[in-house]
Order: sequence, then structure tokens, then C-alpha cells
Amino acid sequence: MSDQKHVTEMDPKEAKKEIEENEVVEIVEPSPNQAKLDRLVDLVKSNIAEDAVEEAYINELDRDLPSIVIRSPYWLKTAMMLKESETLKLNYLRNVSGIDYETYFEVVYYLLSMSTDNQQDICIKIKADREDPSIPSVTSVWNTANWNEREIYDLLGIQFPGHPNLKRIMMPEDWEGHPLRKDYEPIDPEV
Amino acid sequence: MIRTEELLLNVGPQHPSTHGVFRIIVKLDGEVITEATPVIGYLHRGTEKLAENLTYTQVIPYTDRMDYVSAMTNNYVLCHAVETLMDLEIPERAEFLRLIVMELQRIASHLVWWGTYLLDIGAMSPFLYAFREREMIINMFNELCGARLTYFYMRVGGVKWDAPEGWIDKVRDFIPYMRDKLDEYEQLVSGNEIFLARVKGVGKYDAQTAIDYGLSGANLRSTGVKFDLRKNQPYSIYDRFEFDVPVQTEGDCYARYLVRFEEIKQSLRILEQAVEQFPEDGKIMAKVPRVIRPPEGEVYTRIESPRGEIGCHIVSKKKPQPYRLKFRRPSFVNLQILPKLLVGETMTNLVTILGGIDIVLGEVDG
Repeated sequence: MSDQKHVTEMDPKEAKKEIEENEVVEIVEPSPNQAKLDRLVDLVKSNIAEDAVEEAYINELDRDLPSIVIRSPYWLKTAMMLKESETLKLNYLRNVSGIDYETYFEVVYYLLSMSTDNQQDICIKIKADREDPSIPSVTSVWNTANWNEREIYDLLGIQFPGHPNLKRIMMPEDWEGHPLRKDYEPIDPEV
Repeated sequence: MIRTEELLLNVGPQHPSTHGVFRIIVKLDGEVITEATPVIGYLHRGTEKLAENLTYTQVIPYTDRMDYVSAMTNNYVLCHAVETLMDLEIPERAEFLRLIVMELQRIASHLVWWGTYLLDIGAMSPFLYAFREREMIINMFNELCGARLTYFYMRVGGVKWDAPEGWIDKVRDFIPYMRDKLDEYEQLVSGNEIFLARVKGVGKYDAQTAIDYGLSGANLRSTGVKFDLRKNQPYSIYDRFEFDVPVQTEGDCYARYLVRFEEIKQSLRILEQAVEQFPEDGKIMAKVPRVIRPPEGEVYTRIESPRGEIGCHIVSKKKPQPYRLKFRRPSFVNLQILPKLLVGETMTNLVTILGGIDIVLGEVDG
């Protein structure tokens, strides 16, 4: 309000110039996927919990991919909702990655809908503690999560409570440590 | 009363029909499998860990060694991911060369599958036929980049070598030759009664299961789901060419056979158009800085490899090395469904079903 007043009081020429300058600074085109992201956030908030969504943003580097960060305790419920939801039907889990950010872990799920014509993919991230990392397993929702979660458990040491068979998959069973952690030190003296 | 004792049988890791070092422990009740537990990881080389200490260009040869039957598509997925991060524009000629080698690679890969699959289920000669034709493609690749299997052909921003004089004509000549051979294959195998008895109705699953297990490629399309990344989420210049996405609805090994067979024909169709439109001259590399430092952020790109959706997830911290590099490996994901398919099948069908999934162990184990 105060800004507008200030403008009217100024000399019209100068005011116009100022507006133009402001426009130059503020031109930020909303992403074409912004509406989709907002819908997704609303859906999670209204169906799961107000504080289920920690962060939501558009990943401009990755073809404007809508990405949201879900708080870990709500993840399993959210996953079920996303799969069953009439509008989204996110029934295809295409990729699961685990990342060690040194102060915390992050597991990234890339989802897609095979049932609707609008095959928009979305990205969901869950953060986990560095000390005792644990994220609810979604193998009961998407079967494909099974081996993917085992791989992340094996290489990064993130626990997935609710997983039917959380064992090492790449490394031998008696292997010590989790190789993809940033602070991993190989114990084999011959290597 | 006849009673059979339960038998625990170990198959692999060194067994020819596992196509590499894949081990599976099966519980048998007579001839029938009651439980199957796959054991993988024998070829795990820690590509993702190694990549964290390598520059992006240095990672490319590692992708050659993941899916060594289809190295070109693996090269591409990494380059494509870095290019997406950097928002690079790729020269026309480079993009055409990439597309041509990727489609040739798809044919070569499907030929290896076709030959070895039939060898698995008892037909010796198709293997020799398929490898004869594949050899022509391998020779073309050899001429292009000096390697027969691990090409290291693509780079971030384009390709390393331009097509030598007359190379495109060789590709052009190969198309009718291969079409001719495909007719021969069809007469030889596709209607063969013994073959049909081995594959029809074996290893069946429906679309729902396929989606739930995250299957991709021919494994998914054999259940009636028309999903091919080249059409559904086009990358490179695939949107310029006309081709069909072959689909079958049965979801058994025979359906997967038909889908892959038809895919060879579609690849030939793409090649035919690409060779016609191939730009006369032009650059084969975009302007790329000497040291590649993609902006901070992350990207997940996915392309249609002969085995399904291969993806590359990069987390970049604006360093020459990736902070985290993860490959979504189609063989690894597709293999998950195997224990489910095997229960209730006979021991002889194990090989049929495993071969039908079309895995490459280098890719399964990463």
C-alpha cells in the first residue's frame, strides 16, 4: 500500500521509470508445472497432514519437474494415497536413489502414472538422520521398491522398517560398512 | 502313496543359461519349483562409487561396461543427463549420428537376445545366424570408433568421431539386407511348433503386475501397456521420425519374443528415415568447456534402452566430478519379478523365463 502511495505522489514520468525498473527485476515466469505442484501439495496436505510437506519446489534444471519433500513419518501413508488417488494414480515407481549429503541422507523417488494419459512424472524426497537413518518401506505399495530399498540399505545403510527382506544385495553378507557413504573407508588392506 | 522329497538346487553363478554370473537357489518338488531366491552382486564393481572420483567424461567408459551388449545407449544416457543439466544445444549432425548408432545398437542387442534365447531353449543354429548379422553392425561401429563392444563413442556435447567416408552408405545398405534376413528368421523360428510349445503361455503376467514391479521395455509392452520413452517422453530427435510401438497383450514369453522381433523392424524404419535426412556436413561437438562443471542441482534423465528404461540421476555440486551418480538399470529392476514367475513352473521353464526377461548381468550388478 505504502509503495503505491509513494508512486502517485511522484512525478508521473519518474514513476513510470521506477515501475519499469521494478518489472525488470521481478520478471519471474511461473513454471508451467507450478499448478501441478500446488495441486499435489494441496492433496497431500488435505489428505495426510498439514505438516507432511516439508518443502515443495520446481526443479527447473530437470524439465520443470515438480518435487516435494515429505516428512518421513508420513511417507507410507502418502505413498498409499498417491497410488490410490483418482486424479494422480501414481502407480509406476521408476527410480529410487539414495544420496548421502554428509549431514543427512536423502532418498529420492521418481513416480509416474501409467493409467492416465497425462504422464507427468513427479519427484518425492524423504530425508533421514545421519546417525540412525530410517525411512518407512514402501514395498507394500510398489513391489519394485523391494530390491531398490535393499540396494540403498546395502550401499548407504539406511533402514527401511516394514521391508519384507532387508538384506544386503550387492555386497557379501558379512561386509562391513556401507560403501556409498561419503565417510566410508575400505577395511580390506589389500585393496 | 508317492511322495517326493523337497530338493534344494543351486543354479549358477557359472552356468551358460544365466547369461553371466547370476545365481538362483530353487526349491524343487519333483520337477516343480516351489520357491526361488535369486542371488546377485557377483559383478558388482561399484560404478556409482568410482564415479564420485572421476570427471564426467571419465565415467562414460564405465557405462560401456554396465550393459556391455548395448553400450551406445548407456553412453547416451549419461551424456544426455549432463547436457540437460548444462542446457547444451547439440549439433544436428551429432544428434543424427547418436540416433543412428543407438538404433543400430538396439538391433544388435535384440539379435544377441534372439540368438541366445533360442540357444537357451534348444535351437542351436539361430545363434549363428544372429551373430552373423550382428557382426556387420559391430564392424560398422568398429569403423566408426575403433572398438567392437566398449565404444566410448559419445561425449558430453556430441560424439567423438565423425562418420568416415561411405559409412552412412553402409548403414543404408544394411537396412534392406537385415529386412531380408528377418524374413528368413521368421520362417525359421517364429512359426516353429517346438518353439511355440516352449514359449506360449509360459511366464505369464498381466499389466497390473508389470507396472507394480516397475518393468519396462518389452517386458512391459508384452502386457498391452503402450509405453515407449521414445514416443511418450521423447528425447534426442526421436519425435521427428515415424515408427510404431509394438505391443502384445498376452504377457507370456512368446509375446515378449514378438515385441522384440517387431522392434527390430521398427528400428530399421527409424534408420531408413535417419539416413535419408542425415545432414551433409556440420559440427559433431557442441561448444563445451574444457572442464565440465554442470550447475548445482540434480537431474534424472531416462531413455529407452533395448532392455527398458535406463535412467541416470546426477546430483551436481558444480564440481568436475558428480557428487552422486545413480543409474536406474533396467535389467536390475526387471529381474525382480523372476521369483514370482518361477513358482509353480517346471525346472525346464526356468531357463525360458529367465531368458525372456533379457538381462545383462553387468547391468544388474552395476
